[in-house]
Amino acid sequence: MSKNGEKLFIKGNEAIARGAIAAGLKCYFGYPITPQNDIPEYMSAALPAVGGEFVQAESEVAAANMLIGAAACGVRSMTSSSSPGISLKQEAISYLAGSQLPTVIVNMNRGGPGLGDIGPSQGDYFQAVKGGGHGDYRVLVLAPGTCQEAYDLVIKAFDLAFKYRNPVMILGDAILGQMKEPVSPWTPEKIDENEGHDWRLCGAKGRKGRILKSLFLSEGSLAAHHEHLQNKYADMAEFTQQEEYQIDDAELVVVAYGSIGRIVKSTIKKLRNNGHKVGLFRPITLYPFPSGDLKKLAEQGKKFLTIEHNLGQMVEDVRLSIRTITDSDFFGFLPGNLPTPDDFEEPILKSLGGK
Amino acid sequence: MSKYIDSIIAGFGGQGVMLIGNLLAYAGMNAGLNVTYIPVYGPEMRGGTANCTVVLSEEEIGSPIIRSPHSLIAMNRPSLDKFQPRLMDGGIQIINSSLIDKELVETERVKSYLVPANDIADKLGNSRMANMVALGAFIKASGIIDLTAVIESLPNVISAHYSHLIPKNAEALQAGANTVA
Repeated sequence: MSKNGEKLFIKGNEAIARGAIAAGLKCYFGYPITPQNDIPEYMSAALPAVGGEFVQAESEVAAANMLIGAAACGVRSMTSSSSPGISLKQEAISYLAGSQLPTVIVNMNRGGPGLGDIGPSQGDYFQAVKGGGHGDYRVLVLAPGTCQEAYDLVIKAFDLAFKYRNPVMILGDAILGQMKEPVSPWTPEKIDENEGHDWRLCGAKGRKGRILKSLFLSEGSLAAHHEHLQNKYADMAEFTQQEEYQIDDAELVVVAYGSIGRIVKSTIKKLRNNGHKVGLFRPITLYPFPSGDLKKLAEQGKKFLTIEHNLGQMVEDVRLSIRTITDSDFFGFLPGNLPTPDDFEEPILKSLGGK
Repeated sequence: MSKYIDSIIAGFGGQGVMLIGNLLAYAGMNAGLNVTYIPVYGPEMRGGTANCTVVLSEEEIGSPIIRSPHSLIAMNRPSLDKFQPRLMDGGIQIINSSLIDKELVETERVKSYLVPANDIADKLGNSRMANMVALGAFIKASGIIDLTAVIESLPNVISAHYSHLIPKNAEALQAGANTVA
């Protein structure tokens, strides 16, 4: 990878847009919704300038279906939206996963359900990691905590999408989207322009035609398709990523992701200064979930507390990871409020003092 | 003790609090610090004040959102009412005394600097630069970075359309700094 040197001071939303362009994005389809509007705004000027296509579609549904077309041609494509808009895109996401089409989808999670508010929330965790559309499928989900990580993970997202022929979601929130931080931009050394050469639709002259589809009617064909998908999802589990902070001698491990993860880190720093043995485990890949590493920590006898900006979603994956050994406490900071490090002190101390 | 400060900058819409928040963060970055800037987001924004939180630190920054800040720049009365009670004991605040009654300002629990920002800006010929006066005072009072780092960052946060105003903004920053002994 080549670093470009110059440090930018930009919002998380802009970091995502710039990262995608650095990763060779060629087609962006979107529709405005707060708090991710900086992404289409940036794309509308920057993507055509590097020879890409920017389309503001007539709706979220249209934008997501345009992705199917671009991804089927092996083109690096992306859409972004925020919670209610992502719900509208779910049908297309199911089709993308069913047809094994690589693309990147950004969800800057806002408050829900329904229209909710425009503030930060982690209420879309289930929708992101468990599907959201119909059918048995998985989407790779990456959750950045800083603007730099947002930039880096979008580049990684495109590689993963093409490696597994699967949609990849970047899951952020209004905090990440609206916060400005220094970002060191970089461009991957090699972007394979010929990605998907053995499956993409590019005209069948001189060879047998290809079909990309999610409809399997003949006897046994859907089962065979599912077996293939299942194996693919199992392969994805080989890579997981997390940040571990002050965990070695921690009695209590706090599990938190994204913006909440970094806010909890501030709380932990303060509690450490006061002599409390607490550490942070911040999953960066939400699917695949870093279950194996959590289980190892459970085997060391650590206690767990999951903190989320919702009513309790990731805590189910934490519990599944450690279920044969122990359990996890849960503290849900209610969506509709803006969390600060102070808000997590009491719940962490309570879990630390518990049995 | 490594360098660290967090600050809430608040005023009413149009006073340029987001601009000086950006400027402070940008200058911090140029001075080699880690920085975060976040405009108020969510329910808080419906309270009559525009505000942002800026964190500057030698160490990696966890939370960009702070409930009890080390410092405050209050550009109008609602900002003082809302944030002064939250200011940490021993914290510092820059008070725009052109618009805020000094009787309301705490002096025992926290260190307060009364800066008649609008009056000073008026004397410089442009009342819209009250924000720069306040930031200049903050830079001097906090000592977190040099004023020159802030002045050098002006072209990075002021749009090209207003670039002719950069020298005047620099003057306002200096005038603010001069109010702090």
